[in-house]
Amino acid sequence: MIRAILKGLFYLVLAGAAATFLYPFIWMVLGTLKPEVEIAGLKLWPSTFTLESYRAVFSKIPVGRAFFNSMLVSTLVTASVLLLSSITGYALSRLTFKGRDIIFGLLLFTMMLPFQITLIPMYVLMVKFHWIDTYQALIVPAMVSAFAILIFRQSFKTIPGDLIDSARLDGCGELEILFRIIWPLSKPALITVGILTFVNTWNDVLWPIIVIRDQSMMTMPQMVALYAVGGQAEAQVGNILAAATLLAVPIIIAYLIFQKYFIESMATSGLKG
Amino acid sequence: MVAPYLVHFLVITAFPIIFSMVLTLHRWNLLSPMQWIGATNFSTVFSDPLFWKSLWNTFRFLGIHIPLQVGSALILAVILNQKIQARGFFRAAFFLPVVVSGVVVTILWKQLYSTDTGLLNSLLMSVGLERVEWLTSPAIAMPAIAIMATWKNVGLYVILLLSGLQTIPKQVYEAATLDGAGKISQFFNITIPMLNPILLSVIILSTINGFSLFIEPYVMTGGGPLNSTLSMNLYIYNQGFAFYKMGYAATLGFVLAGIVFAVVLLERRYIESDTT
Repeated sequence: MIRAILKGLFYLVLAGAAATFLYPFIWMVLGTLKPEVEIAGLKLWPSTFTLESYRAVFSKIPVGRAFFNSMLVSTLVTASVLLLSSITGYALSRLTFKGRDIIFGLLLFTMMLPFQITLIPMYVLMVKFHWIDTYQALIVPAMVSAFAILIFRQSFKTIPGDLIDSARLDGCGELEILFRIIWPLSKPALITVGILTFVNTWNDVLWPIIVIRDQSMMTMPQMVALYAVGGQAEAQVGNILAAATLLAVPIIIAYLIFQKYFIESMATSGLKG
Repeated sequence: MVAPYLVHFLVITAFPIIFSMVLTLHRWNLLSPMQWIGATNFSTVFSDPLFWKSLWNTFRFLGIHIPLQVGSALILAVILNQKIQARGFFRAAFFLPVVVSGVVVTILWKQLYSTDTGLLNSLLMSVGLERVEWLTSPAIAMPAIAIMATWKNVGLYVILLLSGLQTIPKQVYEAATLDGAGKISQFFNITIPMLNPILLSVIILSTINGFSLFIEPYVMTGGGPLNSTLSMNLYIYNQGFAFYKMGYAATLGFVLAGIVFAVVLLERRYIESDTT
């Protein structure tokens, strides 16, 4: 009897929590499809569906351009992190060379460094490189990731040494070994690093706000944030919610498809970070 | 093969750290030449009322956010660790806000918190309660942001704690039951101590993430009302990128990094010695 009541209570808590997390998103998406007057108030379902909010967003800010910028930057950063970090991860796990331990120490140091220390000088660096309002400012500082190197190093260590030795005997170069033999055997690590890098780059907003001023170079989170803060939305809640929905949807769709990988990847980064 | 990393480290990490140290000893607005002022920036920090205000605000945020987050994550994780149907669905639902951009979450909650038309006040009024000025009252705005930040991040900590709970062997509980220990005593004498390493990482992670509070007040309140939601990061941002005080902003960055480091060290020391 007590057990059954307890069980019921458990489900009640879980269902309440699930509703707390999901309802606001549902309200947001449906809100973008309502006429403006209906958004306030408790009624969830629109009386008539309208795309007016989206039309307004597209006509007021170059949101298509921002979407393109975000896609481009996130894709290039992810590709670069996968490539360059796995090369270094391979060297650290599979090659012996002078200074390897020092480099490993530097990696740990980089990971623990609070970003507040490098934020201002990084901005000055971008000014001196004349990279303000360019893709370089958004991409180059993120091209290598210490965290990704550590994940790759950990993962590559588990691959049997015989495989690598016999490939060397067959005359494979180190890069060939990495991409032909190690990559196909390290899919979980590649997926983890890929998802984390893409999502973090897509969602990052502090750095773009600092190095991008020109509207045509802005990424989605920055443009949407400034749209919500500034006067361009003219206090139309529907427009602001529509802009936020456009920013959220690509990640939500990816999350619905690759849900298991998302949760595993982010839990890994939580424990190691 | 380590060349890409080394180049990146030298340009993007090593140089900025050294340059940042140089900046702390100068007054500089990016345009005119740097002006050596010795340790003046540091003494300015300690007599700067807005610095203390932002420090107090940040600790106020952490004081609400961390207990709320660890507590609710622990409750949800313990329940999810029972024999529960549809566990996958609940996990996925709790985790959704974690993957979504903080900008989206902030915009969404700004509407939920709206005094006149927000969902939360509509709910309060429908059960006969008074409206709350969530974001316009200096006393409530920061707690409101702390609640929102918990809503956004708690799913991650549920997953971390759940994975920790699953590593506790069932035999330990069975033995305790045989010895006559009740569920509640088992929770405090077995679950919490055995979860200690993960609990510690969860608290440290919440702390580090909490100290980087920026976009939430930036979008929601702009640091107001009456600077009551001015976080340390927002203050650094304002000094650096609104007033172009590069030297002072770099100094604030170092001071904040030192504070984060000290708090994490204290947590590590206090929480670990607490149970072992």
